[in-house]
Amino acid sequence: MRLEIRNLSKIFVSEKGEQIEALSNINLTIDEQEFICIVGPSGCGKTTFLRIIGGLDVATSGTIQLNGQVITGPTPQMAMIFQEYSLFPWRTVIDNVAFGLELRGLPKEERYQIAKKYLDLVGLTGFAENFSYELSGGMRQRVAVARALAIEPKVILMDEPFGALDAQTRNRMQNELLQIWEKAKKTIIFVTHSVDEAVFLGDRVIALTKRPAKIKEIVPVIHCRPRDRTCSEFVSIRKHVLELIAEESSGT
Amino acid sequence: MYTTKVLQRRYIGLILPVLLIIIWEIASYIINNPFFLPRFDAVLAVLADPFRDRLGSGSLISNAIRSIQRVGLGFICAAVIAIPLGIMMGWSDRLYRFFDSTIQLLRPIPPLAWLPLALAWFKIGLTSVVFIISIGAFFPILLNTIDGIKNVRKTWLEVASTLGASERQLLLKVIIPGAAPLIWTGLRIGFGIAWMVLVAAEILPGTTSGLGYLIMYAYNFGQIELIVAGMMVIGIIGIAFDFLFQSVEKKKFAWRRLER
Repeated sequence: MRLEIRNLSKIFVSEKGEQIEALSNINLTIDEQEFICIVGPSGCGKTTFLRIIGGLDVATSGTIQLNGQVITGPTPQMAMIFQEYSLFPWRTVIDNVAFGLELRGLPKEERYQIAKKYLDLVGLTGFAENFSYELSGGMRQRVAVARALAIEPKVILMDEPFGALDAQTRNRMQNELLQIWEKAKKTIIFVTHSVDEAVFLGDRVIALTKRPAKIKEIVPVIHCRPRDRTCSEFVSIRKHVLELIAEESSGT
Repeated sequence: MYTTKVLQRRYIGLILPVLLIIIWEIASYIINNPFFLPRFDAVLAVLADPFRDRLGSGSLISNAIRSIQRVGLGFICAAVIAIPLGIMMGWSDRLYRFFDSTIQLLRPIPPLAWLPLALAWFKIGLTSVVFIISIGAFFPILLNTIDGIKNVRKTWLEVASTLGASERQLLLKVIIPGAAPLIWTGLRIGFGIAWMVLVAAEILPGTTSGLGYLIMYAYNFGQIELIVAGMMVIGIIGIAFDFLFQSVEKKKFAWRRLER
């Protein structure tokens, strides 16, 4: 299951009619079960890049292929997880997780069985009947992860999923996500502002330039898992990525 | 001490009505003219006998039922048109622009201003009253539905489409449930207006039953206590329906208040 991104460019037309180039000629091949993190200066087009991969935005030119199949719109092979407030508040936790299965017409018992499996996986076994407003921010994101996993996508796209969480919850969620990733064996593409998060999670960290975003450097993080944030190798990779972004951020 | 505070909070709203009734009773003694201000107990006596025929025009209950039937019919007609139209206008910008100018033009016309035309079209009878009520209920339902649909969170739609929702599923499983609290608010406001419009319409020429008709008819006979009793019934029914709408809202749409 390879995800191939070829010559991807995106030009927006602003309300004033100006053309704004957001992405410029991005090429990237992502392997099966790889954990990719995308970082870059604020407003560089990270989210746009992710949304195009997920079929939520349309590229101006270039292609995205998932195992040779061209992506033209949202597909259940790729599930997106947003920063926050993505749960359906009128549905219970289990009905949120089972939503994608419900769309496929699975009978209630069957979809609940699958949904329960994924609730267990994200550690929310006892919360099936709760509503999202009864959960903390971290728990809500775990529900969102379970909901995405339940449709068994090949790729999970995550747009700053932990950006709204406090630092402690965030670190815990990162560890849990790695555990889930190892169990569920998915490809993950993860957009974040946090270099620390990117280096902690990713197999490779893709550093983008300022707008129009190009790939500045692909930083492999060979450092083995579980990672230790305080070891010298981690620190030096982190420092390198921070410098890449600092170079791009200066002068803007 | 906690309980007295709760009691205070609960009953503080009853102080003024009780005080007003006492003042009313004293004033009616002093004025001593039942054609100007009936005594409270005379009004109570009318209310206590709601099944008794009044002035050959039916009882309070039978007239109340008549009014509720009319308002129900008019309200349902309005909802059946306004909700689908609101969903379409909220969903499609083109349809919104197509209909919006006409709606803005018609909206400021008070429902009762339609009465002469309604009488000309539908003659005296149920149809013209239902027509007027529908107009009263229509706009709040429509505008709240449009608002509800437009405010459905974009993220919900995107999540649903990445999970594989078709257009139809988006509408049925995301847009309508997401807009439901505001649609319900529209229905509640619409019903309140329909009720007010109804009573006013019944007072005007064209009807021969209903609470509005009864109190106007009572005026011709100088039965002020029947007028006041009828007004009270009108108010109580209004409150009862509003309470009903609100309790459904609290039960079914709690998420809207609780979600941050």
